[in-house]
Amino acid sequence: MPPSRKPKLAVWKFASCDGCQLSLLDCEDELLAVAGQVDIAYFPEASRAMVKGPYELSLVEGSVTTPHDIELIQQVRRRSKCLVTIGACATAGGIQALRNFADVQDFVSIVYAAPEYIKTLDTSTAIADHVHVDFELRGCPINKEQLLEVVSAFLYGRKPNIPPYSVCMECKRRGTVCVMVAHGTPCLGPVTQAGCGAICPAYYRGCYGCFGPKETPNTDSLSKRWSHLGVKEQDLVRAFRTFNAWAEAFREESVAHEK
Amino acid sequence: MKSRIIKVDYLARVEGEGALYVKISNNTVTDVKFKIWEPPRLFEAFLRGRNYSEAPDITARICGICPIAYQMAAAQAMEDAFGVTVDGQLRALRRLIFCGEWIESHALHVYLLHAPDFLGYEDAIQMAKDHSEIVQQGLQLKKIGNEVMTLLGGREIHPINLRVGGFYRVPTKQELAPLVDKLKWARDAALETVRWTATLPFPDFEQDYEFVALRHPDEYAITEGRLVSNKGLDIAVREYDDHFAEEHVPYTNALHSVLKERGAYLVGPLARYSVNFDKLSPLAREAAGDAGLGPVCRNPFKSIVVRSVETLYACDEALRLIDEYEMPEKPAVEVEPRAATACGCSEAPRGTLYHRYRVDDQGVILDAKIVAPTSQNQKSIESDLWQFIPKHMDLPPDQLTWRCEQAIRNYDPCISCATHFLKLHIERD
Repeated sequence: MPPSRKPKLAVWKFASCDGCQLSLLDCEDELLAVAGQVDIAYFPEASRAMVKGPYELSLVEGSVTTPHDIELIQQVRRRSKCLVTIGACATAGGIQALRNFADVQDFVSIVYAAPEYIKTLDTSTAIADHVHVDFELRGCPINKEQLLEVVSAFLYGRKPNIPPYSVCMECKRRGTVCVMVAHGTPCLGPVTQAGCGAICPAYYRGCYGCFGPKETPNTDSLSKRWSHLGVKEQDLVRAFRTFNAWAEAFREESVAHEK
Repeated sequence: MKSRIIKVDYLARVEGEGALYVKISNNTVTDVKFKIWEPPRLFEAFLRGRNYSEAPDITARICGICPIAYQMAAAQAMEDAFGVTVDGQLRALRRLIFCGEWIESHALHVYLLHAPDFLGYEDAIQMAKDHSEIVQQGLQLKKIGNEVMTLLGGREIHPINLRVGGFYRVPTKQELAPLVDKLKWARDAALETVRWTATLPFPDFEQDYEFVALRHPDEYAITEGRLVSNKGLDIAVREYDDHFAEEHVPYTNALHSVLKERGAYLVGPLARYSVNFDKLSPLAREAAGDAGLGPVCRNPFKSIVVRSVETLYACDEALRLIDEYEMPEKPAVEVEPRAATACGCSEAPRGTLYHRYRVDDQGVILDAKIVAPTSQNQKSIESDLWQFIPKHMDLPPDQLTWRCEQAIRNYDPCISCATHFLKLHIERD
């Protein structure tokens, strides 16, 4: 059998902190093996060699916040057979989507002395708001084992095994005592998608929602529980309005508690 | 009249999106612009109205490479504002997780981002084909830094365990024990890294920088200290705004920082090393001497050696902290918010990071200001290029362009922090 060409992988960056693409370099034990399976053709954070597309797999980090981003994401889509978003910015607009609840010009003039130099959109939006996305990997940051699972699933042409259930499942599996039931610590775990490994409750802290809403989250019920624990309305707004603030279920819940 | 443009549209092997534009007319450099195209994310704006306790987790998201530096600067600023001191073993644990971040970030830069320039490879994966053992060593060193962060912080990127006042949960002595053998290996590997990086080819290039770094009487400053320079600056963190200013220039999305009295200055490994050489551990000092570094290093290309020395120090220091560790009774000090101005500094792997907040008596943030290391270094990066290019004008265009990229990568610029997108144009008349 003739050797088949290695599939080309590209890693793209939009508005983000670089943490999710760093997850690929954080696969210290697997990085060179991955590089043996795929041709890392475009990954500016790691290489100055930039091979032209088309690419079999594009990993997209970051949200769309500038006119240039809108054009670029269309190009990325055209040049990619499969497009996977990595992280809360690409999947839900990220922390910078807090601008969506405010007037962006006010925001710009707070940060920059000469706001006229800054070109930015009124909103920070997910990649899927602009182009078709083949798979969305959650997390702020993503979990590197999940990233390897997605890349590997792509290589073998199967569906990634990324469960959509809640963080509670991971706490149970890990044997962590429920911080909300046992200690009255407010926790977003019941409405947040699993994937991190339920880290926060294992450190006696409530989940703060890095992975965004799980499938069919009952945010209203959880808010009532938080209210019983003494959490104020404005704090509920803030709790749902962080790294996945623009994800629909979290957005609606935060708006519901705003005066 | 001959003109020439050197152009790099997207600078690689840096964190973020940036560019350089250089114009050369009649064999004279006439323009250098280090541009940052990273889209603005407006953190300082949306921090307004958030609770003081949210600042560490929110500001961590400015940078996935150095989240601890952000969490620590924010937490310490709030503690300073509320009159709280976090000391003893809680302070030691913070220093320990910060050592983890230095090891992880420095190993990433030394092996994966910077070394390929010296050896003529496009990236570390290409380099691994000829130097597999070296790249593997770098990856393992980086991994151990990440393991320190994961054990103490819950995960390596955006750790969850730091808070204003301390931690959510502190480890037992037994939980830290498995790190000891790993860190001993890492210390040996870091020593080899110093020796190896010292053998790389360095251009003969020195600049008379003003080095600015935190300095502490008892230790190589990482989490706190006074802001000190080699040209007479010696101020409390609180006085930062009296001495430093930020300028907004049209071609970049990052603000340029200057010392009001003297202009450009430099933060980061070279600055820390030169300001605090006497505070390094004996092992790190000796390794630096054997590598041919004096107590001051003015060659920015040798930052790769200095980063390796700091990695060695961080391993050494982490082992000391674990050895002396006793589990504190409480994971955090109680904090009561009050209306105040909060100032905090930490030494991110790339240099001094400054946070300032104004909070009300309920602990709600009224305004925020964050000055990242890369925005402070922008002027020095440009100034290096002004000096460097004329001496290397005879290189073929692609080689000169690569050298310019390398000169920028000397700073391990984190453009996500400063904002992000690096394009390099060199134009010649």
